[in-house]
Order: sequence, then structure tokens, then C-alpha cells
Amino acid sequence: MKKLGLLLVILSGALLLYATVDFPLWGDPSSPASLHVSPRYIEKTMEETSVPNIVTAVLADYRGFDTMFETTVIFGAGVVCFLLLRVLGGEEGDHYYRHLPTGVTIHVKGAKGKSLSGEFERIDMLWTPYDLVIKTACRIMIPFIQIYALYVIAHGHHSPGGGFQGGVILGASVILLAISQNLRTALRRIGEKTVGILCAIGVFIYAGTGALCLALGRNFLDYAALASVLGTDPVTARSHGILIVETGVGIAVMATMIWIYNNVSSAGRYDEGL
Amino acid sequence: MSGIVATIIAKYNYWIYICLMMIGLYAMITKRNLIKKIVGMNIFQTAIILFYVSIGAKRGGTIPIIEHAHGGQSHAVEAVHYINPLPHVLMLTAIVVAVATLGVALALAIRIYNRYRTLEEDEILSRIRGS
Repeated sequence: MKKLGLLLVILSGALLLYATVDFPLWGDPSSPASLHVSPRYIEKTMEETSVPNIVTAVLADYRGFDTMFETTVIFGAGVVCFLLLRVLGGEEGDHYYRHLPTGVTIHVKGAKGKSLSGEFERIDMLWTPYDLVIKTACRIMIPFIQIYALYVIAHGHHSPGGGFQGGVILGASVILLAISQNLRTALRRIGEKTVGILCAIGVFIYAGTGALCLALGRNFLDYAALASVLGTDPVTARSHGILIVETGVGIAVMATMIWIYNNVSSAGRYDEGL
Repeated sequence: MSGIVATIIAKYNYWIYICLMMIGLYAMITKRNLIKKIVGMNIFQTAIILFYVSIGAKRGGTIPIIEHAHGGQSHAVEAVHYINPLPHVLMLTAIVVAVATLGVALALAIRIYNRYRTLEEDEILSRIRGS
């Protein structure tokens, strides 16, 4: 089996390598990929959408349908992870608690429905030490990570960035909280329901903007229709429409990353993460 | 011999992607552990992403953000001065979708592990036949 696989892989690799003989050289400005569609984007983006970042303009405007369904795919992935893994029902089994003033760790067997509160803090069973340095360092870093993520989303028109990148950074900041403290702390900040609803809201903002354009008498996702609502000329309206859509993408991506992490790291039980 | 070396050097970028892609394919075909298969799938995806990004490169071109300043257009925009934005757009979405599919794959692996208590393919098969 292994030898057959190796043979197949080497054969297909050799076939692909043989095909590269006809491929253009690296960085060739006259390669076929750079001759047909992209010059139109590069030369017309500024006058048609007033967005200097061509990648953002192509992503959210020229290829708006593609991006909308990519967002839907991400939403679908989040929902599938939830449906596959989520186990509903009470928490059973053993719990570990730390008595905060003394630092004593206690082990509660069969803590069904009971929970200690007050001076006790529940801790994960796999990692019991009290890690002050990690918690403090992450507490300082997370707000800056989130501000940077918002900057990446909002400044996507003028610098590398946009909804996907900013959304992933935002999601990573919450995941960092869940890793540095524990999953329950992160869930108190942004709960399971909130995440699911945000995920759907992001996709809804995107599709709703498209439907609004349709209602205002232009094509689906033709942001020039928003000019009368926003009170600007059609070209600036495209730029604003792209920002609205990117915000939707950012919300959906952030929520999906957190949702997938919560489900996969705790195997759907939402009690103890990594 | 020098002829072969010259061909490899002229198109070394394609050689790198094809090697990466074949590593991923080999892992997906022959490895019996499901996590290793998933890792192979991700290596495969990375190879495709690198391939697309390299297609967009242009010698002497800068990033696809049009040079601008407050006060309007100073000069005409020419396609030769900016790298191809299209592959970047396609791969931007592909990276996030790759993460999402990785999440789904891991979720499936967790379910399989919960049911059969193993991630090895042959053991799973024997347990399906046995029970």
C-alpha cells in the first residue's frame, strides 16, 4: 500500500513537473495571468470605487458574490462543528477548585450540580499550577490585539487588511484569553449564544446590504444604489458599501473562529478547554 | 547534468510547490492516522496557496495598493507597476476557508475518537467489522 502510494505520488509529481516547462517564469510581467482581467482592475479601481487597495475592492465589490458565499461557507463550518460536537446536559464527574487566599487545590469527586463559590475558583484538571505571569502578560496584550484588529478592518481600504484578516485577529484575541486563563473565563466574556448570533449577523449584514441594493433598484451587491441612502455620489457609495460588507465579514469570521475553537478544544462539553 | 540544474533553478518556485503538494498527497494517501491525514491536507492547501500567490508576482511591481495622497491623482495608473491582485483575493478567502475546513475535519476526528477510542484507520475498520 505504501509503495503503491509512493509510486502514484512520484508519478503525478513528475507529470506536474513536466508541465512546468510550459509555465511562465517567476515574476514575468507578461505572464497570461497578468494580461487579461487584472489590468482592468488595476487601472479602473480608483475611478470606479475610490478604494486604493485593489485587493479590497476586488474582494468586496467586483467579486462580491464569491466573498459572500465564502462567508456562508465559514458560517456553515461553524454550525457543522457545533452540531457535530456539542453535548448538552449537566456537567458530571470530578472538579478541581483552588482556594484563592491559601492557594490550596482541592479535588471534588462527583460534583453533580454542586459548585463551590466565593473564595474558590474552579481550575482545569490538566493544568493546576497558578500561572500569574501568563495571565498578566495576556491581560496586557489582549486589548492592544483587539484595537489592532479593529484598525485592520477599518483601514482595509488604504492598507493591507480587511474583514477576513481583522476578524481572524479579533477571534485570536478571544482564543488567547481562553488559552491563557481557561475556557470558562472566555465564555463569561463572550457566551455561546452571543457567538452563534454574531456569526449569523455577520452573514446577514453582507447579504442584507446586497438585498438593500436590490430594493433600491440596482443589481444585487451593486453598492452604487446606496448613494441616495448615504447621501454621497455613487463612487464614494461603493467605497462605503465595501466597508459595510467588510464589517459583516469581520464579525462572521471572528465569531466562527471562537465558535470552532470552543467546540473543538472542549470536545463540545464547554467545561475545560486546552 | 548542468542542463537539469538550470531548468530547476529557472523555475524553482514551481518545484517547491510541487514537492510540498506531493508531500501532502503522500500523507493523505498512505498515512493511517486520521490527524496525519488532516495535516497532509493542510500541507496540500498551503502548496496551492503559495502557487497562486507566486502567479501574481511581477518583477518590478509593488503591492496592489494604488499610491495615493490627499489632493487627488498625480499620475496615471499602469498595470505593470502593480502586482496582480486577483490571486491574492482568491487566496485571502481560501486561507480562512482552509481554517474552517480544518475545524470541521478535527470535529469529525473527535467524534470518531469518542466512538472508537482510536484514530488509526485499520483499528477503526476492525472495530466496525468486529461489532
